Amino acid sequence: MGEMILQVNHLSKSFGNNEVLRDIDFTVSKGDVTCVIGPSGSGKSTLLRCINLLETPSGGEIVYHGKNIMERGVNVTSYRAKVGMVFQSFNLFENMKVLKNCMVGQTKVLKRSPEQARDNAMKYLEKVGMAPYINAKPKQLSGGQKQRVAIARALAMDPEVLLFDEPTSALDPEMVGEVLSVMRDLAQEGMTMIVVTHEMAFARDVSSSVVFMSDGVICEAGPPAQIFQNPREQRTQEFLSRFRQQ
Amino acid sequence: MDKLVKLGQDMALLWENYYPRYLDGIKNTLILALVATAIGCVIGLVCGILNTIPYAKHDPLPKRFILKLVRVIVRIYVEVFRGTPMMLQAVFIFYGLPYFTDGGVQFSGYSGMWIASIIIVSINTGAYMAESVRGGIISIPVGQTEGAKAIGMNHVQTMTSIILPQALRNIMPQIGNNFIINVKDTSVMFIIGFTEFFASHRYITGVNNMYFPSAAIEMVGYLIMTLVASFILRKIEKHMDGPANFELAAGDTLTMSAGTYSHPSKGTPFDEHSKEHQERVSQELKYGRNRGDR
Repeated sequence: MGEMILQVNHLSKSFGNNEVLRDIDFTVSKGDVTCVIGPSGSGKSTLLRCINLLETPSGGEIVYHGKNIMERGVNVTSYRAKVGMVFQSFNLFENMKVLKNCMVGQTKVLKRSPEQARDNAMKYLEKVGMAPYINAKPKQLSGGQKQRVAIARALAMDPEVLLFDEPTSALDPEMVGEVLSVMRDLAQEGMTMIVVTHEMAFARDVSSSVVFMSDGVICEAGPPAQIFQNPREQRTQEFLSRFRQQ
Repeated sequence: MDKLVKLGQDMALLWENYYPRYLDGIKNTLILALVATAIGCVIGLVCGILNTIPYAKHDPLPKRFILKLVRVIVRIYVEVFRGTPMMLQAVFIFYGLPYFTDGGVQFSGYSGMWIASIIIVSINTGAYMAESVRGGIISIPVGQTEGAKAIGMNHVQTMTSIILPQALRNIMPQIGNNFIINVKDTSVMFIIGFTEFFASHRYITGVNNMYFPSAAIEMVGYLIMTLVASFILRKIEKHMDGPANFELAAGDTLTMSAGTYSHPSKGTPFDEHSKEHQERVSQELKYGRNRGDR
C-alpha cells in the first residue's frame, strides 16, 4: 500500500429532499485503481462529481493529503488541477484543436510556457495514439478518439488522481476497446484512478479494489476477486449475476 | 418603360451633380454604424457576462447582493433602451444632458454631433446585444464549463478561453444583424443634425425638389451597403469556423477497423495493440524478421 491520497469520510449529498449519497466512506492510496460499479441511479457519478467538487457535497469530508478540501478558503481550482476528470460526454473544448485542448490548462492554470505545454501535450497524445490528429477539431473525431484526447488532456495536467466518469458508456463496442486499452496501460504504469464504469471485465481485471454502490450507499467494497467471485451481500450477487454467468 | 428611363436619367443627373454629398453621407453612415456596433458589442458583452456570473446560496451575502444589484441594473438598461425609439433617445440625450447639467455637458459643433450619435447608437445596440450575448453564453453546453473547471480553470479563465469564443461564434449572425440594422437606423440621427446618408438626401432634395429620384438613389445605396455587409459577415463566419478538413500527421495506431475487435470479456482485444506487440513490430522493421520467428 502506498501513501494515502484521498479519504472520503461520511460523505452525503442531497438534491432538495432527495438523498443521493449517504455516509460514503472509502480511501484511495497512491497507485490504487478503484472501480465504482453499481446500477444506474445509485449515485456513482454524483460521488465522482463530489470528489472533484463539481457538485457541492451536503455533508461529510473529503480529505486530500490530510486536508479537508470542503473547508472554506481552500483553493478549489488548484485542487481540481491535481485531480483530473474524464467525462462520459468527453467535454472537449469545441473551439480548440486537439493539441490546444491539451495545452490550454497547462498554460492558463499551471502557467507553463507554450513550448513546455506543447511537449507535454504531445507526450500524452502519443501515449493515447492521438498524435496524428493534433490539427483536428473535436467535432471531426469519433467518440473513441474524443475520449482518448480527453484522457490526454487530463494527463497533460500531470494530475495525482484521475477520475473517470463512465468513460466508455457513450461509445460503441469497438471504441470501448481503444479507450479501455489506454486506461489499462495507465493502470499498469501506476496511475491512481477512480473509475465509475459498467465494464465489469475491466473492473475485474484491472482494479485493485472495487466499490459496489446501490441506492446511494456503498453496499460492498473489497478486492475484485472477493466482489466478483464471492460477493457477500445479496444485492451485489443480484447485480453481478448476469455478468458472472458469462 | 418611359418612366423608368426618365427615372434613370434623373438619378444620373442627381448623382453627377451631388455625388460628393452622397458619398460623404455613405462614409458617415458606415463609420457611425461600424463604430457604434463595435462599442455596442462591447457594452453587450460586458452586460451579458455580468448577467451570467453564477452565484450559489452559500456565497457570502455581499457578493450575492452585488450580483443581484448588477442584474437589476442591466435589466433596467436593456428594457428602457430596447423599449423606446432611438430617435427619441437621441433627442433626450442630445438636448437632455445639457438641460440637466446646465450646459455642463454640451454636444456642440461637428465633433459634438459625432460623439452624441456614437453614444446613442452604441447604447442602443448594447441593449440589444446584452440579450444576444446572454443567449449565446447560455447556449453553450454545461459540459464545456465542467470540462474547463475539471482542469482547474477559474470563472474568468473559463469564460475567456472556452465559453466566450464559442458564444461569440454563435452570436455572429446577431452582430451582423445589428450592424445592418444600424446602417439603416442611423438615418434617424438627422434629428440631431448628423449628416449621414439620409441627411444628404434631405439636403439635396431641399435644393431641387427631386424627391423620388433621390430616394431611389438612397434605396440603391442602402441596399448595396447592407448586401456588401452581409457578404463580408458570411466570410468572417466562415473564417471563424476554420477549415472543414484537417491534416493527419500519421496513421492512428489504436483505432480498430470494423469487425477486427472482440469483446473485452470474451476475447483478447489488446494483444494486437499491446506495447509488446508494437515493440516487436518496430524491432522487426529495424532488424528484419527471421523465418519461423512467429
